[in-house]
Amino acid sequence: MTASLLSISGLSAVSDREGGMPILRDVSLSLERGEVRGLVGESGAGKSTIAKALLGILPRTVRVTGGTVQFEGRDLLTMPARELRDIMGAQISLIPQDPQTALNPGRRIEAQLTDGLRLRRGLSSREAHARALKLLEEVQIRDPQRVLHAFPHELSGGMRQRVLIAAAFALEPKLVVADEPTTALDVTVQKQILRLIRDMQKVHGTAVIFVTHDLGVVAQICDSVTLLYAGKVIEAGATADVLQNPKHAYTKALMAAGPRYDRPDAGLEPVPQAVFEQLRAEIGIR
Amino acid sequence: MIAVSILKRLLMAAITLFGVAVIVFVLLRVVPGDPIAMMISPGASPESIAALRAQYGLDASLPVQFLVWLKAVVVGDFGTSISLRRNVLELLAERLPATLELAIVALLVAVVLGGAVAVLGTLLRRTPGEPVVDTVNGLCLAVPDFVWALALVLVLGVAFPVFPLSGRINPGVQVDFATPFYLIESLVTLRFKVFADVAAHMVMPVLALGLPLAAIITRVLKEALLEAMVQDYILLARLKGMSSLRLVLQEALRNAIGPTIALTGVQFTFLIGGTVIVERIFAYPGIGNMAIDAVINRDLPLIQGLVLVFGALFIVINLLVDMLVVAFNPRLRHG
Ligand SMILES: Nc1ncnc2c1ncn2[C@@H]1O[C@H](COP(=O)(O)OP(=O)(O)OP(=O)(O)O)[C@@H](O)[C@H]1O
Ligand SMILES: [Mg+2]
Repeated sequence: MTASLLSISGLSAVSDREGGMPILRDVSLSLERGEVRGLVGESGAGKSTIAKALLGILPRTVRVTGGTVQFEGRDLLTMPARELRDIMGAQISLIPQDPQTALNPGRRIEAQLTDGLRLRRGLSSREAHARALKLLEEVQIRDPQRVLHAFPHELSGGMRQRVLIAAAFALEPKLVVADEPTTALDVTVQKQILRLIRDMQKVHGTAVIFVTHDLGVVAQICDSVTLLYAGKVIEAGATADVLQNPKHAYTKALMAAGPRYDRPDAGLEPVPQAVFEQLRAEIGIR
Repeated sequence: MIAVSILKRLLMAAITLFGVAVIVFVLLRVVPGDPIAMMISPGASPESIAALRAQYGLDASLPVQFLVWLKAVVVGDFGTSISLRRNVLELLAERLPATLELAIVALLVAVVLGGAVAVLGTLLRRTPGEPVVDTVNGLCLAVPDFVWALALVLVLGVAFPVFPLSGRINPGVQVDFATPFYLIESLVTLRFKVFADVAAHMVMPVLALGLPLAAIITRVLKEALLEAMVQDYILLARLKGMSSLRLVLQEALRNAIGPTIALTGVQFTFLIGGTVIVERIFAYPGIGNMAIDAVINRDLPLIQGLVLVFGALFIVINLLVDMLVVAFNPRLRHG
């Protein structure tokens, strides 16, 4: 029996910014190689905090109070900084939320796309250029030569996100963390980007942690799902199981609420107040 | 497109210079003080005073005086200095290089020092080192150039006489210069002893002029760098394995530097204004020092020539700054 690629167990964290308020409460989840797991929850549920813990970029004001984050059997939280640096970006990479701010406005795409290849893999500029062209073709960018030579402001949001996806897969990582990678994009582009991430993940056999507000997105591309509320895991399991047979009243209410439960006004039925009261009672917040 | 905008700028520059010339010309003749009275001996007869007036064209009406002067300036004749009795253009050509060398070296020192401290402060952010950098910089920011000059005189000139106190070159150094650019000429002709002497004379005035500008650069650049350092692209670059120094220099600096360039340009014109007093303190033979004498002596042709030179300098600097800002911003560069 081989260990899971990623196994978070009993992870707890508090916010020193908000007077020790708990952000994560005893969170456990695991991920197999090549698995896509959705991380769902409303704003402030702690999704990004988990993503940041995976990437070793927790803010100083977030303090881990317990638990482990095992990647291939080694705890990222206690690993020496040097070894952590070798893993981050190479074995675990990030597709960011906002392609607008995630590319350096002052550098050409080629430079930004090939940084990792040159710094981490020791490729020459020429080798890195060839590899970058391949990557851009893979993310279905039509005119890769032109895009390599372009500055970020010359590309559309969708194009930029494709570039960032190419960069995330450039070093053949084992795990890609995607923190709401489509929320900043047009609805029409969102679908293409979702499909692209799914395709890239399949081709490369990469595991993905997919952070989203949207249960519809989960149904579309996630093998499994973990639902959080106020830093606590409310429900977890295979996507089909959870969506067809939700156990918790909150999950049921969310599915009834429609595709964007984070915007009750846009949904069909808002989550009833009673469900929130039940959640708070369970978790133990007043 | 570019040609049109350059032409526009040149036209604006000409209009600005013309305006400056008019204002200075009128001001000089409205404020009390008579250049002729400064040069005559006490017992001069009214006739000889009138003759001198006529010789310098000061007997005509104001508009006529201006037109005469302007017509001459357009063909490169700036007239004759009343106090020094020499061609104004020659005087300017002799003295301007000294000031240019001083100001440019001060600028370079300010940029290198200010930039380095800004990068250091950014690397030290949220460590105990950051408030130290900020405090020292805040102190430097509060001290103006002439106070630096006086402090430097006391410390490096009097208490520990390391550097020469005044002048541009040791009178004992026997050299012939082909150009008035002593520092550059001695360097390119590989006369290192001469170069060292000229450089030593520049140390204190350069520090007096450069330190306040360095402090301003540090403050503005560090703030912009800190702002850039929290952007997502820095985070991603860090994940790609870049060192902190590389993050600052390669990722953050190019996006942070725009406001610093613009501000440094403006401040550089102030620095050139500062040469007037600093050159005076160090008896440095530049146009700033000469300007004080010219004003004391009511040397109208010389003052007018100096003002035009200062005005032209400011215009050229502003033009260069605008070009630099565009060069550093790919968005502007591509239209
Ligand atoms: N830098 C920080 N320091 C301290 N606490 C923080 C910090 N950033 C976020 N938090 C807190 O952590 C909690 C969880 O935030 P997190 O960003 O993980 O939520 P999220 O599920 O990603 O929400 P969203 O959907 O809005 O992105 C919030 O209560 C927030 O106040
Ligand atoms: Mg988030």
